Amino acid sequence: MKRTVPLVIAAVTGFILIASYFIPYAQSWGEEAMIWFDILAAIAFVLGGGNLLKMHLQKISNRRAGWGFSIVTISAFLITLFIGLSKMGVNPAEKFPEWSWSGDYLQEGGGFKWMYDFIYLPLAATMFSLLAFYIASAAFRAFRAKNTEALILLGTAFIVLFGRTYAGIYVSQPIIDGLASITGAEVESLMSLRLDRITSTITQVFILAGNRAITIGIALGIVSLSLKVLMGVDRSYLGSEE
Amino acid sequence: MKNSTIIWLVLLVVGGGYLMFRTGSGSMGRAYVRHETFDAKASFEEQIQKLDNEEQKDIADGKKLPEAKSAARERLEARLPDLEGITWTKVKSAERGELTTDAGQPDPAVVFSWSRTIGLWIAALGTFAIMSFLWGDNVFYKLAEAVVVGASAAYAMVVGFWTGIIQNLFGKLIPSVMRDTVLPGLPSSQHTEWIYIIPLVLSVLMLWRLAPVGGWISRWPLAFFIGATAGIRLVAYLDADFVQQIANTIMPLIVFDNKQGLLIGKSIGNIVIVIGVLTCLIYFFFSFEHTGAVGSAARVGIFFLMITFGAGFGFTVMGRIALISDRFNFLFYDWLWLPLPGIDA
Amino acid sequence: MSDFFRNLDRRWIFLVMGLSVAIPMLMGVVFPEEPSQEVLDVFNAVEDLEDGSNILMAYDYDPASKGELEPMAAAFVRHCAEKTHKLYFITLWPAAIPMLQKNIEILNREYPEYTYGEHYVNLGFRPGNEGVIKVVVTDLKKLYGNDVAGTDLNELPMTANLKNIQGMDLIVNVSAGTPGTKEWVQYAGTPFDIKMVAGVTGVGYTPLVPYVPAQLTGVLGAIKAAAEYEEAVLQNYPELRKNPATQEGLRRMGPQLVAHMLIITLIIIGNIIFFMDRKRGVA
Repeated sequence: MKRTVPLVIAAVTGFILIASYFIPYAQSWGEEAMIWFDILAAIAFVLGGGNLLKMHLQKISNRRAGWGFSIVTISAFLITLFIGLSKMGVNPAEKFPEWSWSGDYLQEGGGFKWMYDFIYLPLAATMFSLLAFYIASAAFRAFRAKNTEALILLGTAFIVLFGRTYAGIYVSQPIIDGLASITGAEVESLMSLRLDRITSTITQVFILAGNRAITIGIALGIVSLSLKVLMGVDRSYLGSEE
Repeated sequence: MKNSTIIWLVLLVVGGGYLMFRTGSGSMGRAYVRHETFDAKASFEEQIQKLDNEEQKDIADGKKLPEAKSAARERLEARLPDLEGITWTKVKSAERGELTTDAGQPDPAVVFSWSRTIGLWIAALGTFAIMSFLWGDNVFYKLAEAVVVGASAAYAMVVGFWTGIIQNLFGKLIPSVMRDTVLPGLPSSQHTEWIYIIPLVLSVLMLWRLAPVGGWISRWPLAFFIGATAGIRLVAYLDADFVQQIANTIMPLIVFDNKQGLLIGKSIGNIVIVIGVLTCLIYFFFSFEHTGAVGSAARVGIFFLMITFGAGFGFTVMGRIALISDRFNFLFYDWLWLPLPGIDA
Repeated sequence: MSDFFRNLDRRWIFLVMGLSVAIPMLMGVVFPEEPSQEVLDVFNAVEDLEDGSNILMAYDYDPASKGELEPMAAAFVRHCAEKTHKLYFITLWPAAIPMLQKNIEILNREYPEYTYGEHYVNLGFRPGNEGVIKVVVTDLKKLYGNDVAGTDLNELPMTANLKNIQGMDLIVNVSAGTPGTKEWVQYAGTPFDIKMVAGVTGVGYTPLVPYVPAQLTGVLGAIKAAAEYEEAVLQNYPELRKNPATQEGLRRMGPQLVAHMLIITLIIIGNIIFFMDRKRGVA
């Protein structure tokens, strides 16, 4: 019961959705299933928030290291939640002024928008921007041309880093002009040797080939994994035996 | 006191003092808003007037105002008495360039905003707190991190509630209640769809995961989720990422232009692409030992993959640096009000 | 000298990286950009459409990637507005809702002739990732009964007769990851043959190259492509040059160049030290 019913649910849902691709009659079932899917996705957000609360409350009650910061996390969570759910500072929608709760929860001037603009956006954006510094440090410490493969990787990276800025044109254009004057060829015919054009060629030929093979490989992997899940062979999503 | 501590304290006092002075003199770190009063009754009267004008125009053209617009006008007129006294102030962010009118005078509609100014300073100090991690792990970074973790989880929850649960679950199960409270614009054709009891039950079962007992029941909605994902992905990946990719790889190896002239560059490019795809796929076949011809082909495939990953690294670097530019843009322009070239100060 | 670099504290690298972005930014270093063929493919996909065509603006990015994607998102909005295309804004990311609003503000500020409901509509966000695409591609109103302001979609001229997105002339997707361009290609573009262009982060660019041009007309990859696209728009609509906000991507290429040179220099120095150590037989 604990493990059989979920396997049946997964199989029935999956095969209905596959059938809806091919059988027009089943298309409406597929649409309905996807709307339920979207509702459950929203519940997953609620579950995520609830899980965060549970985890941090346990950390505080057990007085584990860093429990003080858990208080900060929970406070930020509860304050943001209250402001968002209560639509604090949000005016009604202009088309429905009689209904005081009709306004958009992310309305300009509302409390939730304030939280987004001045807390969430700057902190989240800055957190990811730190990666630029770590990439520079990693490039210095770890990027080594130890063998042929690494050399090719490095060489391509250099061409792309150069070619994707004005430096690529600034450095290679005079070389092309010089080559043209030496060989007597048209500058236009040698333009494919300019660094930005070489980068384009690398993209349209080599990156395309490599990524196409990777895409095909991933597709086969996803298909086999999906089939295993639908046939009940892969049961890892059910967790441990209970 | 250590020398480094003294230096940090001096920097903090001098720097902080300078920032406070500049803020106090109105040279930086201030946020302004534009206020606009919204009068509900006046707005509705304007809409009715617009429909009246359209009707006049239609009559002059020998036509009648469409039924839908007549009905809309009647509905607007019926609501007018309830709108008496309903007014509020709309708030819009004002950019730095909007503080004065074209004549160079202060714009009276633009006013200083305490809440946004405080927010601006919180954002700036929070940015520094996160960046302080570059020096080393510290309490300011941990505080900022704790805040962003809590705020982002709550943000997702609020968004999921208003867009998913209210709109699609309660909007379909109890549309009349939703229409009377938070969704007055819900289509009048929306009636109770009892089948949505099923996702309601699945939602409760999913939340049961947090309960101390009976958490196993959350496997049922999870199975629905996983089954749905597997079902849609199976066909989508097979179509877009397998069949279509093979179709795209079937390309002419010798390319001619419209005048039957050989396009050498394009032909070589196509040949290299086909060789590249085949050799990379051969490399991914780990069921065969990579020796002999297979080994050589796999080696060529590795070179293609190394070029791919090298280019990927280059693009990744590009992406990360743009993120730093954006943060510096915020600090220099939005907070410090430095006169960045190319932007009106 | 080699010992200095061998034992270099990484915080010095962080400082130099910061300065290499900050100084060009403060000096306003801007370089000329020449739109490449890949960018022109995207530009022409929008430009060649008849004025007033229906465009689905699927903006799927969050604050973490706005530094890279906001310039191209804004450039797309301005280009479409110059062509008086009808814009349907939608997103699959919860944190992208204010991003949509910010781009719509461009229309409110710079294109006052654009009326809500007649020229553009904000459908907003629904949870479900690719599940949302699966529904809107067959019956949009099953998932979107109202727009973000709560207005019934049946009451807006643009959406009154809109059954699904199959009738869109183009999908413009700006994406920072999953769900994003790949999902739009897999669930909308490929099965229903809807024309698509995309703008993505540098990280997300190379995996999308295999889709071009059969399944995805063109892709803008990273801030460089954003700058080129802005230049293409400015070359065709020169009056937009008076507005500094139209050159945000171009402005960011100055710091980009300096930072790239720094990365290249660091890699070279690191490898010189590596080879010196290898020659000396140091592990």
